[in-house]
Amino acid sequence: MKYPYTRTLVLALSTALALGSAQAQKTTITVGVFPDLDSVIKAAIPGFNKLYPNIEVKINSLAYADHHNALTTALSTGKGAGDVEAIDFGFVAKFAEGNGMTDLSKAPFNAGQFKSKFVGYTFPQATTQDGRMVGMPTDVGPGSMFFRTDLLAKAKVLPAQLNASWESYIANGKKVVAANPGVFLIPDASEAAQIILRTGLKSGEGMYFDKSNKVLVSPTNARFVRAFTVAKQIRDAKLDARAGAAFSPEWTTAFQKGNLATEFSGAWLVGHMQNWLAKDYAGKWNAQNLPGNTFASYGGSFWGIPAQSQNKDAAWNFIKYLTTNPAQQVLAFKTTGAFPALKAAQSDSMFNEGVAYLANQKTRLLWRSAAAKIQPIDVNRLDPVAEQIVNDALSEVLNGTKDIPTALAQAQQLVERRAR
Amino acid sequence: MTATPSPPSIPQRANTGWDRFQRRYAPYIFISPFFLLFFAFSLFPIIFNAYLSVHSWQPGSGLGDMKFVGWRNFSDNLTDPTFWKSLQNTAILALESGVPQHLIALPLAFAIHMGLKRVQSLVTAVYFLPYITSVVAISVVFFTLFSWQYGALNAGLNALHNLPLIGGLFPAEKINWLGEVQYVQPAISLVVVWRYVGWNVLLYLAGLQAIPGDIYEAASIDGATRAQQFRFITLPLLRPTIFLAVTLTLIGGFQLFEEPYVLTNGSGGTGQQGLTTIMYMFRTYNSYSDAGVAAAMSWLLFAVIGVLSLINSRLFGRSGLAGKD
Repeated sequence: MKYPYTRTLVLALSTALALGSAQAQKTTITVGVFPDLDSVIKAAIPGFNKLYPNIEVKINSLAYADHHNALTTALSTGKGAGDVEAIDFGFVAKFAEGNGMTDLSKAPFNAGQFKSKFVGYTFPQATTQDGRMVGMPTDVGPGSMFFRTDLLAKAKVLPAQLNASWESYIANGKKVVAANPGVFLIPDASEAAQIILRTGLKSGEGMYFDKSNKVLVSPTNARFVRAFTVAKQIRDAKLDARAGAAFSPEWTTAFQKGNLATEFSGAWLVGHMQNWLAKDYAGKWNAQNLPGNTFASYGGSFWGIPAQSQNKDAAWNFIKYLTTNPAQQVLAFKTTGAFPALKAAQSDSMFNEGVAYLANQKTRLLWRSAAAKIQPIDVNRLDPVAEQIVNDALSEVLNGTKDIPTALAQAQQLVERRAR
Repeated sequence: MTATPSPPSIPQRANTGWDRFQRRYAPYIFISPFFLLFFAFSLFPIIFNAYLSVHSWQPGSGLGDMKFVGWRNFSDNLTDPTFWKSLQNTAILALESGVPQHLIALPLAFAIHMGLKRVQSLVTAVYFLPYITSVVAISVVFFTLFSWQYGALNAGLNALHNLPLIGGLFPAEKINWLGEVQYVQPAISLVVVWRYVGWNVLLYLAGLQAIPGDIYEAASIDGATRAQQFRFITLPLLRPTIFLAVTLTLIGGFQLFEEPYVLTNGSGGTGQQGLTTIMYMFRTYNSYSDAGVAAAMSWLLFAVIGVLSLINSRLFGRSGLAGKD
């Protein structure tokens, strides 16, 4: 009995409001976001309001992990999500599940029309197996090999010798470590495996599953064997600092003490390095492509609209402004170093400028061409499960508890029993 | 029973609605804050969790997307090698961290109780400090100790190795405490022991203070030494406290999460040696997005804890000791 009454009331109220303020009817949208991406929103609002004076944007910024937790809760219960929500790449698979997010590939949004304007691999990243698109790409993390010029010079190793192939990376890496006592070539050997796992995929393959959901993890899959072998060679040559994942305490300390000769990461790492991670080593770091002529992506952010939003049109207008407006994409890059996902924004003059922290090297051009070469990878809903299982297997191989065929065979079993 | 005569006349005022209402419901109203909180934050989650455990559901899709799957979540867990591995890790960690806690706390509490009268509270407070320290702070401290390249422990061992004569007793290579399969569990256990000894000391002190002093006096008049007093007076009289403390350690040990989680950076550590069942449950929910399986896992763990508590109570509890005293 209550429901129709409420609806009448809402209807009456909104009619009254519409009559009362027919000229300046304002829509307020809430944007759920995490730092530093919130600075991008703050910078975007003035320009957006010039085009859409009737849409007011409110920012709801939470810490990175809290933001994604709060969004999970809001989508679970159907209440409390913003109209526009930031989704970091690592969480896309999670929110792609179920029907919590609006499918942007459908009318009235038809996001597919913009596909050719964006860096090629971004749309597949945000698209689920069944073809729903959960977010518009806003920034990308083209990967590169960062290296310390002074440490390499001491070992008389040229950057081109390091990244020519994985074999030469290891062979020359040994020289770098030998010439610089206390220095490690790389924070963790598993990083090499991660790159190899992300490259050389056959068309229609995801990282761990193919299009028909067949598990690719196997002791006979050359990509996995190669990834595990190279990582094991790095570990056995004692080249890595065994720091585990990025931002672990061991990883952070190694950076701060200047004990790392190279690191593979996204363009965004420079921001961290110059602000806190490796402040004292400005001008000593430089960047080149990843070893073995490979190209991989490190993260990226997306904007999505929760299905529960009442202001989808306004939200979509804002997302379009954030992602498809070249001036805004360049502004975001200037604000936080968020590398534009929009190709048109990558021809801005600032791409020809050097990066001060990297000894004025013109790395933005490097990143731009790297971004264009990154392969699209199909997303599977079980990717987080498979990733964890494969990482555990890799850790056991690196650690010497299991050999590669055994570890991969066991990982295959574990993934297959989840994939039903 | 004979029929009672009509009750003595009560003043008319007492029969007004408000007064009757008060008499009848005031106790419930006073106790309601607890029950409201209990229903909202304890009972409801438990019931919801039970409901969830027989459904398949991805957190992040709406509540309407739940699908009934019966016992499948339970059988999934029971056939999952990682679940059994996590249970094994939990049991080892519970044992490795639980037993030393009591072997240290009990004599320590006795010593504090007997030896330190004036500074007793201060000393207890110092031992209790780790218990109330934030886990994040603890993780920072222990990383500084355990870190492979930059840790204080390895720096100390290295310094000892460079000493003349006895230097050979100490390793030349730095030990990767949190990175080698054989050290992960002891390292975690050490932190747990360090953190909870103070809590147990407090429990035991409370138990000790409840033992009347004249028993000790009588014993010392009879010529009993401190050690004998501990063995023949303290231990038997402290049994109920020991039972309580061991039960709490058992339950806490099987619900271990924070310490292994922060020390292994959430990864479970090398060879997954630090992956406890609660951590695996959290991972199943949080990164695998499989809420139903995670809920079923929590019920299975609950069953394990229930059985162990029952065994513990049979062995050391009142019922188990009934025939002996």
